[in-house]
Amino acid sequence: MWEYTDKVKDHFLNPRNVGEVENADGVGEVGSLACGDALRLTFKLDENKRIKEAKFKTFGCASAIASSSALTEIVKGMTLEEAEKVTNQDIAGYLGGLPEEKMHCSVMGREALEAAIANYRGEEQKKQEFEIVCKCFGITDKEIERAIRENNLTTREQVTHYTKAGGGCQACHPKIEAILEKVWGREKKPAAPVPPPGRKLTNLQKIRLVEETLQREIIPPMRADGGDLELVDIDGNTVYVALRGTCSFCPSSEFTLKKYVESKLREFVGPDIVVKEVKP
Amino acid sequence: MRTVYLDNNATTRVAPEVVEAMLPYFSELYGNPSSMHFFGGQVARKIAEARERVAALLNADPSEIVFTSCGTESDNAAIRGTLESYPEKNHVITTRVEHPAVLNVGQYLRARGYRVTELGVDRMGRLDLDELRDAIDEQTALVTILYANNETGVIFPIEEIGEIVKARGIPFHTDAVQAVGKIPLDMAKSHIDLMSLSGHKLHAPKGIGVLYIRKGTKFSPFFIGGHQEGGRRGGTENVPSIIGLGKAAELAIEHMDEENGRVRALRDRLEKELLDRIPNTLVNGDRDNRLPNTCSLSFEYVEGESILLLMSDQGICASSGSACTSGSLEPSHVLRAMGVPFTAAHGSIRFSLSIYNTDEDIDWVIEKLPAIVERLRDISPFWKDYKEGKPISSLMAGIHPEHTRHR
Repeated sequence: MWEYTDKVKDHFLNPRNVGEVENADGVGEVGSLACGDALRLTFKLDENKRIKEAKFKTFGCASAIASSSALTEIVKGMTLEEAEKVTNQDIAGYLGGLPEEKMHCSVMGREALEAAIANYRGEEQKKQEFEIVCKCFGITDKEIERAIRENNLTTREQVTHYTKAGGGCQACHPKIEAILEKVWGREKKPAAPVPPPGRKLTNLQKIRLVEETLQREIIPPMRADGGDLELVDIDGNTVYVALRGTCSFCPSSEFTLKKYVESKLREFVGPDIVVKEVKP
Repeated sequence: MRTVYLDNNATTRVAPEVVEAMLPYFSELYGNPSSMHFFGGQVARKIAEARERVAALLNADPSEIVFTSCGTESDNAAIRGTLESYPEKNHVITTRVEHPAVLNVGQYLRARGYRVTELGVDRMGRLDLDELRDAIDEQTALVTILYANNETGVIFPIEEIGEIVKARGIPFHTDAVQAVGKIPLDMAKSHIDLMSLSGHKLHAPKGIGVLYIRKGTKFSPFFIGGHQEGGRRGGTENVPSIIGLGKAAELAIEHMDEENGRVRALRDRLEKELLDRIPNTLVNGDRDNRLPNTCSLSFEYVEGESILLLMSDQGICASSGSACTSGSLEPSHVLRAMGVPFTAAHGSIRFSLSIYNTDEDIDWVIEKLPAIVERLRDISPFWKDYKEGKPISSLMAGIHPEHTRHR
């Protein structure tokens, strides 16, 4: 049996916003019957161009239904520019995490949102250059590349968990390996998250590692509590951040910064990191 | 909450009589059956009795019964033990719908240079025996074919197959894990050389299995060690479980009529009522040649894991051939081999009954399941379109629906 969080169970048993918005401004359809999961997302904007209503219809497992429900809750009230920035990690984070084998459900949510926004803007859906890598599930190289970058994936198994690519006949495994190599370069496989002791990071490497750590370890749980954090600057070992959302007026924000953000960054980036808050 | 257990092809309840029979062997009767003293000797006699009881269930000779740790060990021992006895041959015939304990041994052998022929099945899950006849050649060392399918319950014509295989002088193994205890078997009149069974599928505990090896069959032991099991499987006997399996075999003989009478009737009622109450429901597998306890249904346009979890919420335990329950992303290899369309394969649910199920259990499922499927269909983007007769957009139907596994 899968280890689903209570939040996943809740959104599966009591899904929010099921259905189709009438006269929708944007419609996004992703997945397919053949693949075993599919999602139709519809939304309507208000006069301020914010998402007034978002509804879903999903064919799929418990985590696919829960991810769709979470997605509609997340985007409600957002402008399209804000909605565009929603990642699959946000969806998974909102649900308190998903089993790794089920992360593709959160990716499907993000893709449906993108498709719906593109549909609203009248853009042709994904007519850019792409190659279908996984023929079983119809996953393109662009989709795989994006999932690799956004989630710091380093192994073929992870790519399968996040995109489903390679989960069928397995003929595309060499191609997936090649994409991984292309993204991360020949030598450097990233997200050996703990830097070996004594390793000297270049400034660029440090900035990247801080960003990655924030995106992967720090921001998703904060967002789940209604907060957020923005990276403002990095000067030497000092990382300047601004707290947003509920965190910005939370009396224990100092505690959050020192005990949580700083300790995570020290764990994954380096022991000398100091975190400072930039007040708005 | 009420628990309705309909997942007996996964595992069964240990019969209370079996538990009782086993208990002394965990405590006061702890001797090693190989010991020379009276204390171990009394245990050895009880093991001999258990062996006789298992033999009686199969109408075999007790010397043909080898106790193992599980069905998977029995399958591995049968296949690899036979191949070791025929080092000059390099071909194995099996089917596409085997349990992983055979299917993955096939993959293992292939990687080591064996030719492995996997016979296909038709839409009803049936073999084409001409395909088997054509596949046999001079290099064939072993034919291993499932007795009854764990997902659909479809029973293969094992004696007819055995006749074809034996006419060519080739050893014949069958994985009968799902068949033993549910349908009568008679080794005295059979062409089977080797047969696997597993205790926990017939109300004995987990961790005990049997490999039946017909007298005169070439066999190299898979577990090398002491002289236990006539030198065919080393290792000190799992005494309590062997005693338990002996008792379970005795009970299985007593309950054989009930399995094929009352349990079959319960299964048939469950199936009929669900087909009547839930539209777009299909039965997977040959309904005329099935285990009496198994029923595999597909509910179109919904996904199996969701059904399982909502049923679980109502205390109903079953299983699914859907991709999402396994983490493998593709639906069951059995349903795919049968060519069950994707619309149905993802929404497959297997119910498997036992003598412990009651009319009330079936009533509960009949009452709860229609609402569960309806609820999920209301969430599904395909159902409304389907009902309104709209075609599913090509995007949503799947980019490569024709694509099948190719390896």
